[in-house]
Amino acid sequence: MPHRTFFWFILPTALAMILFIGLPIVSSFFQSLHIENEQVLMEVENCDPFGCTTNVRVDVEATEKIEAENPLGRFNGFGTYTDRNHLAFDEIREAWDNTSSIGEFKDIVLNLPFYKALLFTLTFCFAVTPPVIVLGFIVALSVNTLAKSLKGLIVFGTILPMIVTPLIGSLVLFWMIDSQGIIGASIQILFDDPNLSLKASSNLTWITLIIYGIWHNTPFAFVVFYAALQTVPQDPLEAAYIDGATRFERVRFIVIPHLYPVATFIMLICLMDNFRVFEPIIGFSAEGVAQSLSWMIYQDLRNENKMLFGSAGATSMLTILGIAFLLTPVLIRTWKEFKTER
Amino acid sequence: MKKLIIALLISFASTSVFAGSHSPCGVTSGSINILANEFTTYRIFMDEVKSCAGPDADFNVTHSVDHNKLQVAALSANPAEFSAKLVTNGSITPLMNDGLIRPLDDLVAKYGSNLNDNQKITIDGKIYAVAFMANAQHLWYRESILNDLGIAVPSTYEEVIAAAEKIKAAGVMENPYAGAFKSGWNLGQEFVNMYLGHGGEFFKSGSAQPNVNNEKGVAALNVIKKLTELSNPDFLTQDTNAVKEEWESGNVALMHVWNSGAASLLDDEGDQNIKADTRLAPSPTVGGGNKPATTLWWDGIAIATNTSDENAEASFRALVGAASSTDLANNNPNATVWLIKGYTPGDTAGPVVDAASRGTTPYPSFPHMSLMHGALSTELVEFLQGNESAEKALADVEAAYIAKATEQGFL
Repeated sequence: MPHRTFFWFILPTALAMILFIGLPIVSSFFQSLHIENEQVLMEVENCDPFGCTTNVRVDVEATEKIEAENPLGRFNGFGTYTDRNHLAFDEIREAWDNTSSIGEFKDIVLNLPFYKALLFTLTFCFAVTPPVIVLGFIVALSVNTLAKSLKGLIVFGTILPMIVTPLIGSLVLFWMIDSQGIIGASIQILFDDPNLSLKASSNLTWITLIIYGIWHNTPFAFVVFYAALQTVPQDPLEAAYIDGATRFERVRFIVIPHLYPVATFIMLICLMDNFRVFEPIIGFSAEGVAQSLSWMIYQDLRNENKMLFGSAGATSMLTILGIAFLLTPVLIRTWKEFKTER
Repeated sequence: MKKLIIALLISFASTSVFAGSHSPCGVTSGSINILANEFTTYRIFMDEVKSCAGPDADFNVTHSVDHNKLQVAALSANPAEFSAKLVTNGSITPLMNDGLIRPLDDLVAKYGSNLNDNQKITIDGKIYAVAFMANAQHLWYRESILNDLGIAVPSTYEEVIAAAEKIKAAGVMENPYAGAFKSGWNLGQEFVNMYLGHGGEFFKSGSAQPNVNNEKGVAALNVIKKLTELSNPDFLTQDTNAVKEEWESGNVALMHVWNSGAASLLDDEGDQNIKADTRLAPSPTVGGGNKPATTLWWDGIAIATNTSDENAEASFRALVGAASSTDLANNNPNATVWLIKGYTPGDTAGPVVDAASRGTTPYPSFPHMSLMHGALSTELVEFLQGNESAEKALADVEAAYIAKATEQGFL
């Protein structure tokens, strides 16, 4: 394609990307370098049904004046990034100096909010993605062998978990695993333990979230694999069949190599999606035991008080970095494959 | 200008009809859009507000348990997403911090002739809210279960724990105690109650420096831990509404929830045997203290700054009409403790009156209190799960608070 044509071809997309992706990222980054102006406090008398007391309140006029002079807030550089609620450099250094064993050091670090959230996010990512790819592939293979008349209905049924809004899906499951719900009660009977509760222990909550993640993401892998299966060339399959290859051997030596790039693509998208895990945490009321980076951003923006834009911006930037870091190996691989194909 | 003339005409008309005192009800101009918490008493109140607004009013109300998280963003917009907000002594502070609610003196002068003086929430000499009910968390118990086991009604948390242990040991119930321990605002509130009950102060005097990592904080946490061990193992996912459901299912014999819960716990729905057996008791003291381990709350109405004067007036009229309706109060005497003129308290008002008379602290209204509450909401979970010590949890609370308060410009 001549460069000129390419330029006009890509222009609308590029403009939209700059407007809706690029600029917001730049603005979040800019915001993350600032913290709120100092609050001017004053003493006032409050009277309510329980009597009158002297109390402090924010001097709105004085604070607004400072705000008008300095609408972005005070410049804080990377201070928010390194504070205790994010990368916590000081706390980690202190922990390193004051602990005698790696285990102790690890406990302190994983107790810091950012690392706690990172641990869950990564665990979720790496526990969900591989089963999703394997399951998606198996489901696609099975559906592909069905009679044509059945296919439409089964495909629809299979992609239902993806169609259901994540929040609704997780809420339904949350009620089902309640100790009085159908799954929760069955598990109690199965293990003969009336106190067993999937919501009570953090390990079981993590496992529940991961199973939900697999359930929700498998249809995506299925759809992509299923589409790719339609492109598998029939000639080598038939040749292999004539040569006496079993079904397993045909899948192993012809279908899988053909679908390999597709699997990489699914992995890329899945990792990216799962790194932003959020809805199931809210749906399962699991914020007590499982926090993710996205949940941290939500928490900063929906605090009881003012929104912590600086904190939220910093976590967003760190999330973007995290995704970039996670995807680099996959991208390098794809790039290499792309080059060799040429 | 035209609108103003119409408004003036209407106000003249009402003056002539009501001879000097403006009747708040029957709103015909301006739109009313209210944000409020979600529980039965508020629903009852809102029905009255709606009927006061009248059939011609443009009336909307959004009930949400997340009202605290929504309010600042929603009222910061100009024009604000809502013209009015039902506030409490807890949730009014973030709105005051940003100047998001307007002084109501002129509106009160015009439409508030039927208000009690103590309904007017005055801050620095100006009225910013009009309270209509008082609320507090207190003890609820099942009379027959306590009687069968010969347990006296507990008046301290130590007795509550002993009673719950006895009920459990007798095999009557697996998890006899319940409280709203859901991680988040509810869990933070449980600590606020227990810490104040131990005589704690959240901040070093005269500053925004945190002050929870001390003996009183540890003692408060240990009591909460004991209570959760006698609660449903899912306690970290149960908010007040979930606890009330546990109660109505007959799974619980002792609980510490809001007085306003009476509106749904003592209504005609659900198991009437449990309802007949439900008793209210004063909030217990803890650790030898003399104040009940709870906080006093008022709930009231506030009007957004960033809304037109017309909408503000319309909203205020409808809300204050309900907030001064003696009929509302006396037709629902047990829905809560109304602060409305002419109200005769019902059977359920006792524990709140008791809390007030024993000098219970109202929920702290420091501008930085919500940051402290937020830090408590998230940092106490690991202690309750037995993964870290009380001291460590409280140190985490202080550290999380300091980072947030620094970012917000309080430190």
